[in-house]
Amino acid sequence: MPLDATPARNGTIAEVNDLSVRFVTRDRDVLVVDGVSFTLAAGEVLCLLGESGSGKTVTMRSLLRLLPPSARIGGRIDVAGHDVTAMSDRQLERLRGPVAAMVFQEPMTAFDPVFTIGTQIAETIVSHEGISYRAARARALELLELVQIPSAARRLDAYPHELSGGLRQRAMIALALSCRPALLLADEPTTALDATVQIQILLLLRQLQRDLGMATIFVTHDIGVACEVADRVAVMYGGRFVETGPIDQVIAQPAHPYTVGLLNSTVHEISRGAPLVPIPGGPPDLADMPPGCSFAPRCSAKSTRCDEIRPVLAPISAGRAVACHHPTLAGAKP
Amino acid sequence: MTGADPRDRGGPQQPLLIVDGLKKYFPLRNALGTVSAHVQAVDGIGFSIAKGETLGVVGESGCGKSTTARLLMQLIEPDAGSFVLDGDPVGRGGVTVRELRRQVQMVFQDSYASLNPRHTAAQEIAFGLRVIGKDTATAEAEARQTLRMVGLDPDLYAGRYPHEMSGGQRQRVNIARGIALNPRLLILDEAVSALDKSVQAQVLNLLDDLKQRLNLTYLFISHDLNVVHYVSDRVLVMYLGKIVEVGPVDRIWREAAHPYTRALFSSRLSMNPALRVAAPPLSGDPPNPVRPPSGCRFRTRCTLAEDVCAASEPALIPSPLDAAHAVACHIARAGSGHSLAGALANAA
Repeated sequence: MPLDATPARNGTIAEVNDLSVRFVTRDRDVLVVDGVSFTLAAGEVLCLLGESGSGKTVTMRSLLRLLPPSARIGGRIDVAGHDVTAMSDRQLERLRGPVAAMVFQEPMTAFDPVFTIGTQIAETIVSHEGISYRAARARALELLELVQIPSAARRLDAYPHELSGGLRQRAMIALALSCRPALLLADEPTTALDATVQIQILLLLRQLQRDLGMATIFVTHDIGVACEVADRVAVMYGGRFVETGPIDQVIAQPAHPYTVGLLNSTVHEISRGAPLVPIPGGPPDLADMPPGCSFAPRCSAKSTRCDEIRPVLAPISAGRAVACHHPTLAGAKP
Repeated sequence: MTGADPRDRGGPQQPLLIVDGLKKYFPLRNALGTVSAHVQAVDGIGFSIAKGETLGVVGESGCGKSTTARLLMQLIEPDAGSFVLDGDPVGRGGVTVRELRRQVQMVFQDSYASLNPRHTAAQEIAFGLRVIGKDTATAEAEARQTLRMVGLDPDLYAGRYPHEMSGGQRQRVNIARGIALNPRLLILDEAVSALDKSVQAQVLNLLDDLKQRLNLTYLFISHDLNVVHYVSDRVLVMYLGKIVEVGPVDRIWREAAHPYTRALFSSRLSMNPALRVAAPPLSGDPPNPVRPPSGCRFRTRCTLAEDVCAASEPALIPSPLDAAHAVACHIARAGSGHSLAGALANAA
């Protein structure tokens, strides 16, 4: 019996409440995601934006419980009305694919190198939908055409290593779409690609997302990628959401000092001739987080309150929220 | 930087490095060990680097930009090509390769893999100084001084091993190792690409500061066009082992003449949600450098390609409007046989 993949009655496809993830090993216990909450409407594109170690990938993978055994998940995760934290492994298998599917950064390692692309896609469809291999193979061909792979019929019999980086990522997307998911999770899908190929894949994902009405969560460290695809953005720092809102508003008028710093230290076309304004210091040590705001040690606007009391994510205007004692709405330009 | 550099032999007009006819083919072997084909990584390129400038190199994977850097450092042997360092030929009768390597240093992308895991930061930097004949105490003292120059407090960082530092700190150690030998040219091969944006900005500012203080010349290789635009004086665009366009950065940015350069720039992300890219400027991936297309190597992805593009290879020739700006495209050369020949030059 397949799992129901329709959004809840209020149009929500995913709801995450006070999610925490810790990685526990014999000598370390590190909290990598700390109190993250969000909802995702059907057909919406949310970007999780952050630097390495900010917890963006772990947050996204929690939705499918694709985490190593050392991970301990707390809080509540609902995907299409199913409580993911309470699912058995069998139920998870039926969740992954038909309800929510994932596109990985490195398709070369996500595909099995000893089977052809066509076999891997068809096999997935057979195992989830129980149709004949012939019918699944025909669907695989349709999928390769959907992701605009040229001479798709020939590419069905190609091994992953025989495809270029861009075509491999297209095949990866075809595999993710093979069971018609309601939610697509994309983990830095274009980071490993060249500029002229990256824009092709981003535009393809944007078009498919619209045509198929899929909700999408995009993990990226690149503000430019977020600007191209996102409806809403959640900026992560030290395992927490520090700012959320519609992408255009957050870029035009960032409220959290970290978002301001991130925009200032990103080289734009107009940067030439002026020195960059970097954020001083480095990212926080997740095993040794300050008691107050995790960004306080690098923040130029901090007060003693920031060192002592951890700010909570609070609404500042319609659709926007920020976790800061001294939010600015002055814009990115200093 | 004012004042004469005592290392300067050829005068300010003499380019620091002139490269000509540089070529490197990597053999591909089949299961029997016989050479079946060649990867044409760098195929007959020539360029010069002026003293004190930053020459940016852009291009997609497989275009030969890293191979070029490794050839300049003599880390791999070129199949053909000559180097002239400040007026003196490198090799027989001129500057030795050893001397070239001392004057040209390199910083790599992977800050972790390019440091010896068993060396502390100070040992890593002092190693090169001892190789060139300094005694241990002097080398150690200079290493500490160099750490300070790259913004790392030697009391805190001199004794740290690579795994005890962050990516940004490790890359500072790599830069310190490069500049400790007092080089004239620093090759930065994607040196800031793996760093987080907030740290990348710190390192870019550091590189700018060091360049002024140490009278350095940079060869800056990156796939990030915004970063290249920010740091470079001149830009060199490569495609499948060839130079397709080279010129002053503002000219390349405003009036790029090669269809590939223009497509590459239009592929940049908008950084503005209201101005999203509507259609991809190019389709497909770069072709395989084992079997590059005949004639112009870009013709298979070029929307303007005609018969002449397959028949003959366009030479890199200076623009009639600006001699510093050179393009390898049949459209840019009047009388090449392309129906649009000369049209772009007039439009610009």
